[in-house]
Amino acid sequence: MTTVHICPKCEDQVQISQPARLNEIVECAGCHCELEIVALNPPVLALAPEVEEDWGE
Amino acid sequence: MIRVVVVGAAGYIGGELLRLLIGHPEVETVAAVSSRFPGRRVDGVHPNLRSATDLLFCSADDVEECDTAFLALPHRTAMAQIDRWIARAKQVIDLTGDFRLGDPEVYRRYYGSEHVATHLIDAFVPGIPELHRESLRSADLISVPGCVAMAGVLALYPLAVRGLVEPTAQFDARTGSSGSGATAGAANLHSVRSGAMRVFAPTGHRHEAEISRHLGIAAAMTATGVEAVRGVQTICHATLRPDVDTSAVRRAFREQYRNEPFVRLVAHQRGNFRYPEPKILVGSNFCDVGYAVDEEAGRLVTIAALDNLMKGGAGNAVQCLNIRMGWPETLGLSFPGLHPI
Ligand SMILES: [Zn+2]
Repeated sequence: MTTVHICPKCEDQVQISQPARLNEIVECAGCHCELEIVALNPPVLALAPEVEEDWGE
Repeated sequence: MIRVVVVGAAGYIGGELLRLLIGHPEVETVAAVSSRFPGRRVDGVHPNLRSATDLLFCSADDVEECDTAFLALPHRTAMAQIDRWIARAKQVIDLTGDFRLGDPEVYRRYYGSEHVATHLIDAFVPGIPELHRESLRSADLISVPGCVAMAGVLALYPLAVRGLVEPTAQFDARTGSSGSGATAGAANLHSVRSGAMRVFAPTGHRHEAEISRHLGIAAAMTATGVEAVRGVQTICHATLRPDVDTSAVRRAFREQYRNEPFVRLVAHQRGNFRYPEPKILVGSNFCDVGYAVDEEAGRLVTIAALDNLMKGGAGNAVQCLNIRMGWPETLGLSFPGLHPI
């Protein structure tokens, strides 16, 4: 089964397959950010750290 | 099957119309009118259509009655011939600038000449499915917008119609060389154009007037020619009304475009294509739209990208035809673009 959560970045719906694992990374279909499951009962999603790009700034 | 005619069929938009209409399951393309190449083979001018058609270009006088006429003519030519095509076709879909502006005075200011068919201006429905879908279902006269205007309108419409932005906005557009047409002169020689980032309309671009008309705000536009054959990207700078935050912007875009078959929201946090990129839309009818908000400054930046010959012209015209005929809107338009390209 899956449970439905809200992306903390873009507020789109994010589905998580259960049972979920702590620190598992899922990707939001709305904004393509990586989300980490930081708590399980209930599941809590947080933005996973990412590498910055520099195109000549 | 309906019988369609493409007038101005030797140009880039005309060729793109032929490509789409020849492949369309509900359409028979009966004539390709060209004043330059009557009697010559269509695939001599449009080599991508080899083996797709044996059609020859013909003169306007050779065309008998048909169901739908697409006018892909030079500006000012469509309004001069409009009565002839209305008499021969049940629907006329015009892709020139002649019926895009609702006011003959604004037309004179932006096109530098008098409008010669003012009695028909109000009869044309703007060919923007995202704004005028219900009217298009019964429209017999349709005016397809300019490519940069289409991108500019889709970039800001969800915010403008909800009153979430101040009533002035700047649009910075960049465009590929095919927007200059198939008969471009010395200014579009490879030696002149290659490698250039040419600011060709810092003020007074004709599509500026169209954007203002459809958004109901004062739009100011700049246009730059860049190193690409196809593609338009328009970046819009606007000021958010007080108390409008990122969440409200996101909600406006989602609500507005949720069910649109050819508008995709692209504001991604990861990957190589985080914001709308024209390159991956070549040959497709999609307009990708994205946004970014500086909440501190109350500043909104939106981005729209499309293929100027497709959603910015021929593809959008076929989408309008599909709506008018009650066919699925995506019929004949499902090509998703190429990657890598
Ligand atoms: Zn998200």
